[in-house]
Amino acid sequence: MCRTVDLHQAVLAKNDATAHALRAELAGRGTTMVNLLSSPGSGKTALLERELLRARERGVPTAALTADLATENDARRLARSGVPVKQVLTDGLCHLEASMLGRHLEGWLPAATRLLFVENVGNLVCPASYDLGEDLRVVLASVTEGEDKPLKYPTAFGLAHLVVVTKADIAEAVEFDEEAFRAHVEQVNPGVEVVLTSARRGGGVGELLDRALAVADGGAVHEPVMAGQPHEHHHHHDPDDTVMTRPLP
Amino acid sequence: MHEMSIAMAVVGQVQEAAELNGGVTSVTSVRLQVGELAGVVPDALSFCFELACAETLLQGAELVTESVPGRARCSPCADEWAVGMPPRLCCPRCGEPTLELLSGRELQIVSVRWEEEPTARRRTCEPISEER
Repeated sequence: MCRTVDLHQAVLAKNDATAHALRAELAGRGTTMVNLLSSPGSGKTALLERELLRARERGVPTAALTADLATENDARRLARSGVPVKQVLTDGLCHLEASMLGRHLEGWLPAATRLLFVENVGNLVCPASYDLGEDLRVVLASVTEGEDKPLKYPTAFGLAHLVVVTKADIAEAVEFDEEAFRAHVEQVNPGVEVVLTSARRGGGVGELLDRALAVADGGAVHEPVMAGQPHEHHHHHDPDDTVMTRPLP
Repeated sequence: MHEMSIAMAVVGQVQEAAELNGGVTSVTSVRLQVGELAGVVPDALSFCFELACAETLLQGAELVTESVPGRARCSPCADEWAVGMPPRLCCPRCGEPTLELLSGRELQIVSVRWEEEPTARRRTCEPISEER
């Protein structure tokens, strides 16, 4: 017998439920998570290294997890800052998922961590669909990538809580039109803040740390219009479930 | 290309639903709603779906995707419009940021069509149509 059955299940319901649980679990430990998204080569690692160094200087307990398809190069670079760093190799997967992140944090994330930076796989398409349980989602673009990047990747930029422009020191050389870039960001994500940075010259370094600390202190986070449409969650999740099954050290 | 992950999630969820139902012998089609702003490419998803279904209850199942256009509403203007691609999320009339996205972010399994033994338990799924 053939039958049509009504399901109405969000495809990403499982990931979303895991992300919610992880967010609650980290909140319980006093940890605020920042998810960094950008194209490959936009300068995520360079800026993050500077921010981690700044966090260490200011005595903010910070940790970082960096995801790549292959190599541990980014973890080696970030570790120079002196904060705990973990490399996640996705073995070809183009994005991180909440359950994957949970497994990597388990038994590693130092107990007193105030800020956890997660450097997602360099990719502006796939990671945008996956909530990791972050409190602040930051999308970065370098001045060399063109002013229309936000229009080409509307889902990534549309869901950002903060947009960071990198390599601002060479903006003039590559004729980066800041006004056009800002207008394009505004089109897909009205009201989101755009911050200019230069990891090489130091301009804007510390801004990301300040924004993350403001969120950690309970400050308001921008609400993107695109995130406003409520998702349907028909997948039941037990609030007592924990993502990390073992206690942290 | 996260469409493979999406396809595998769809297959997993349908398998779970079939197991809960009991007595399902094969799945013939899966209907999916994909919003314009969901960040998923339907063609890539169809390709991945076929691969993800191999050697499962869904082997050979058809994926029917309904595309959902992005629509937004500006409350002060009482204006509603298609946001287009790339989306325009400021009101075309007053220029203010729109506070309400009505549709376009959907990524959900609407329904599934399967073959089942007549004695199948119907614990969780309500039939919406039956055919001889």
